[in-house]
Amino acid sequence: MQRYSFMTLARRALRKHRAWKPAWHDATLRPGYDVVVVGGGGHGLATAYYLARNHGLRRVAVIERGVIGLGNSGRNTQVVRSNYFYAQSAAFYDHSLKLYETLGRELNFNVMLSQRGLIQLAHSEHELETVRRWCNAIRMNGVDSDMLTPTEVKRLAPPINLNARFPIVGGFIQKRAGIARHDAVIWGLARAASARGVDIVQRCEAIDFYIRAGRIHGLTTNRGLVVADRVVLCVAGYSSQLARLAGLKLPITTMALQAMVTEPIKPVLDVVVVSGAIHAYVSQSDRGEIVMGAGADSYNSFAQRGGLPQQRATIAAVVELFPTFSRLKLLRQWAGRVDVTPDTSPLMGLTPIENLYINCGWGTGGYKAIPAGGDTMAYTVVHGTPHPLIKSFALDRFRTGALIDEGAAAGVAH
Amino acid sequence: MLRIPCPHCGLRDEPEFDFGGPAHVTRPAWEVSDEEWTAYLYLRENPAGLHLERWCHSSGCGRWFNVARDTLTHEVIRSYPIGAPKPELSSLASRRRIL
Repeated sequence: MQRYSFMTLARRALRKHRAWKPAWHDATLRPGYDVVVVGGGGHGLATAYYLARNHGLRRVAVIERGVIGLGNSGRNTQVVRSNYFYAQSAAFYDHSLKLYETLGRELNFNVMLSQRGLIQLAHSEHELETVRRWCNAIRMNGVDSDMLTPTEVKRLAPPINLNARFPIVGGFIQKRAGIARHDAVIWGLARAASARGVDIVQRCEAIDFYIRAGRIHGLTTNRGLVVADRVVLCVAGYSSQLARLAGLKLPITTMALQAMVTEPIKPVLDVVVVSGAIHAYVSQSDRGEIVMGAGADSYNSFAQRGGLPQQRATIAAVVELFPTFSRLKLLRQWAGRVDVTPDTSPLMGLTPIENLYINCGWGTGGYKAIPAGGDTMAYTVVHGTPHPLIKSFALDRFRTGALIDEGAAAGVAH
Repeated sequence: MLRIPCPHCGLRDEPEFDFGGPAHVTRPAWEVSDEEWTAYLYLRENPAGLHLERWCHSSGCGRWFNVARDTLTHEVIRSYPIGAPKPELSSLASRRRIL
């Protein structure tokens, strides 16, 4: 791997930038691997990277049906945070945020992490009570979180309209939350994994699994057969389809979650603002675009196309909170296929098929979990037992009833 | 935006309706195993393609009905009354493909 630094940049510049090599190797499928990771999104690439880095595995492949970075990993709103109500979630997501804090240096790739803080708004006295409970729960979980008065909200987010249709009566902030550049995270993980010998195989679709006596031995792809000791599914919206090939039925519904950006403007907002009550989710990207996240469409969808009613509701909410944004033109709107579980917590770990592992159910919030998802799944695959941080997120919780209902705890914008 | 044919009111816009999840999920008998109960409560087909689902015309007549819809194209194929037997899949072949 060519190390990136100011010196290499300067040296390459003198040679008119002709000496750059591709950041990672676009591999062809080999006949056998120790681990095959299905799905080249953030979680798939991170799983492969940590398998190689933490556990020294050399024969690892990531197979991706399309090309990397074009699924949900290229369609999120870049937000990273760990302000979760339940202890299990807080421990997991804070581990993820901590890994994000050192990820750029570790990957030798600037992931442009900006811990600008995330404000959760309250619009009524009753909501403020709920928000205070939530804020305190986060603190009890050992994660930073501070209550804000409306004046403090205004100071942190100057364009905000405190006297909106639903006035702002307070909120809380997680100062360590923020945004990280999603393309950089994907590219950095791919580059680091590839450098450690992971084969990233694009346009390679899993068609069937070879399962015998309750144990997986390999899979059929459109590029031929591949023998694998262990297989990890990290395929988000298509988890139900791939699990069905292994005879499993999952508690997952695939929906369309959309986001949109305006034309770029000068910096006006250097904090992420979230309102659960009116569902606004706003930040400003490094390029100056105002990034807005909407709620998921209520119905099943694999179309990667967001509905206009949700778009309209989101824009109405954002414009009411930030009246000056009403003059901006919308530049792009897109949607991703998100895999939502009944309790909106992820589904990770072992499956009833031996040596087949699953990492899905991220629903509307998988991006922030990429490093911890990869780290804990790599551990789980190598040891054959779930990593302590993901024990509570096992498939079995729907039978035992030990749900982690973050959807209800967070209200919305989870 | 979806346009959904309410069997009672005709073709209306999506914001008038509420989605009610998959249709034809039958509640099991009182005495069932944990596995059967879990399957009933949580496990879903989640197909990429034809989906039989429940909708309520909540801002209209307020009545529930079933819809056959394609989750890949969002094409609403047809609606049919709640409680009606599961239609034959072959009779629901998509009229067009928008990909």
